[in-house]
Amino acid sequence: MTMIFGVPAAAFFGQLLLGLINGAFYALLSLGLAIIFGLLKIINFAHGAQYMLGAFAAYLLLNYLGINYWAALFLAPLIVGTIGALIERYLLRRITHIDHIYGLLLTFGLALIIQGLFTNLFGVSGNRYPVPSELSGGINLGFMFMPYYRGWIVAIAVVVCIAVWFLIEKTKLGGYLRAGTENPALMQAFGINVPLLVTLTYGFGVALAAFAGVLAAPIYSVAPGMGANLLIVVFAVVVIGGMGSIMGAIVTGLAMGIVEGLTKVYYPEASNTVIFLVMILVLLLRPAGLFGKEA
Amino acid sequence: MKLIKKVLTAAVATAMTAGAAQAAITDNEVRIGYLADMSGTYRDLAGPNGLEALRMAVEDFGGTVNGKKIVVINADDRNSPDVASSTVRQWLESDKVDMVAGLVASSVTIAATKVLEGSDAIGLVNGSAASSITNEHCTPNHIHWAYDTYPLANSTASAIVAEGGKNWFIVTADYAFGHSLENDVRTVVERDGGKVVDTVRHPLATNDFSSYILQAQASGADVVGFANAGGDTVNSVITAGEFGLAQSGQTVAALLFFLNDVHALGVQTAQGIQLVTGWYWDKDKDARAWSDKFYKRTNARPGMVHAGIYSSTMHYLKAVEATGSDNAKVVRAEMAKTKVNDMFTKGGYIREDGRMVHDMYLAQVKTPAESKNEWDLYKIVRTIPADGAFRPLSESKCSLVKK
Repeated sequence: MTMIFGVPAAAFFGQLLLGLINGAFYALLSLGLAIIFGLLKIINFAHGAQYMLGAFAAYLLLNYLGINYWAALFLAPLIVGTIGALIERYLLRRITHIDHIYGLLLTFGLALIIQGLFTNLFGVSGNRYPVPSELSGGINLGFMFMPYYRGWIVAIAVVVCIAVWFLIEKTKLGGYLRAGTENPALMQAFGINVPLLVTLTYGFGVALAAFAGVLAAPIYSVAPGMGANLLIVVFAVVVIGGMGSIMGAIVTGLAMGIVEGLTKVYYPEASNTVIFLVMILVLLLRPAGLFGKEA
Repeated sequence: MKLIKKVLTAAVATAMTAGAAQAAITDNEVRIGYLADMSGTYRDLAGPNGLEALRMAVEDFGGTVNGKKIVVINADDRNSPDVASSTVRQWLESDKVDMVAGLVASSVTIAATKVLEGSDAIGLVNGSAASSITNEHCTPNHIHWAYDTYPLANSTASAIVAEGGKNWFIVTADYAFGHSLENDVRTVVERDGGKVVDTVRHPLATNDFSSYILQAQASGADVVGFANAGGDTVNSVITAGEFGLAQSGQTVAALLFFLNDVHALGVQTAQGIQLVTGWYWDKDKDARAWSDKFYKRTNARPGMVHAGIYSSTMHYLKAVEATGSDNAKVVRAEMAKTKVNDMFTKGGYIREDGRMVHDMYLAQVKTPAESKNEWDLYKIVRTIPADGAFRPLSESKCSLVKK
């Protein structure tokens, strides 16, 4: 049997693939954070709670309204994104003129309230969301058993990430967005409704988190704490990639998934810390992040 | 002479009050402090519903003992031993608490009972798993009620080895509780002629278990054992189902599995899993009757910890009533003198190391066809008789055990 660093090649490739799947979640979540930070300069600490809301929205839609997974994939982000837009319009907008640290505190407070509310309503044990029947089962790839659903996650996450990148970096709408943050007064003078753009952007970033939540619902327990565990890692990913860099968030998300996946084979005890080690190294060597522009 | 008389009178008076304190209910109230994780990972296995079970016991007792009011206060330990010891210290010094109930995370319990040791208050431990609580960490000031890791490892593992599951792969939570459970399982598996082919240790509150499941699958072991708890176990079992461990011929064993975990997973995902429990709501008539009352108040069926809180509180209050005292030493001696006969167990007794010895149960999660409603989750495979269930005193490291 071929060995790679003392691990059978088959196991090695299996772990690489699993790392990529987890990386797809990191990419989707850090993408939303990067968009919100890049355009609004808000460090969105409610991102984990919004991811959890996405998963719960899918769960509630299925159990109370009988709406299936595929519909939830669109509806849940729409609902949670709308809540996000309302949060921007009525809460975050009031503090845009003061230090950004208040945005962090506000979103952190919101996250605690939302999580506490769901803990009281649903308990902490979580709820089960079934894998959609079209994607249940799996295939033996020779080196590992691959559930179809995990394959679907990577595929859809990469498609969504590239589409978002294209939207923001290559289209006229994306151009408006970027210009609106550089010089809102000038954009306003050109007749563009900048406040509306900002509200929609925040809503969109939140919708991405909710989308990741729906993707996660069938493979993890749908529990109030599910986002809090993930959020810190995702922040580290954003810092490594470079705050506000869209491409940086996507590439780093996938890469960190792989780094973490391999750590789980070679030294599993460190799997929760390895990303932070990378973060420290990056901050020491390239303080603006791998893809960030030096200020 | 007058002076000597005065001093003597004072001394006698002091001695009398001290004596009286031993055999009386202090502060004219019996004060119970409920300490548990009310908001974190372990909330659902005890938490607010455990407090409700405690209140049920106080109400069923009549709200007073020998005419003295029973008062219940509570605090969230946030799974932190530091929070636990400072809370218990404050309860002892300013709130004059006589009994501490709940006690969930093992680390919290060990910290809290260290503070209780030597005081006049007693701790009734229900939520914790570690068997060390009545072994090297035993004190004269606490009793461990519902279950511990010894029967979890012993009964589940030996039942599975007996069915032919000789080679084990253990997925362990990387902290004290996980390590001790892993060790207990290893001992039992090797004693019964099996072997542990490999283990993997994951950090507490891991998001994704697929990597560990894949390693377990690749190991070719007959049995994949989860020596973890709460959300980690739930996510382990979900991922094991997703990657088809059972279809590839591997047995999944969850070594610490609570009713609320199984409820969260549902029978579709959890079916067939074997586990050990100290109590089950549908095990007999008394358990069902009590569980119905609990269900009316909480809209959930009680787990073994909830039932243990009710049972231990009742037993405590009866001892306070019988002795007319809320002093730990007096009450504990009385509690050990009488057997526990209630909805929790029949013929349970408290050993000198503080272990309440009672029957345990090997259960199996029902299939969707067998399960009649959302809480109809277990079938009892067999009863593990009280005498063989817990660590024998001959192996005890507890300093209270006379050898």
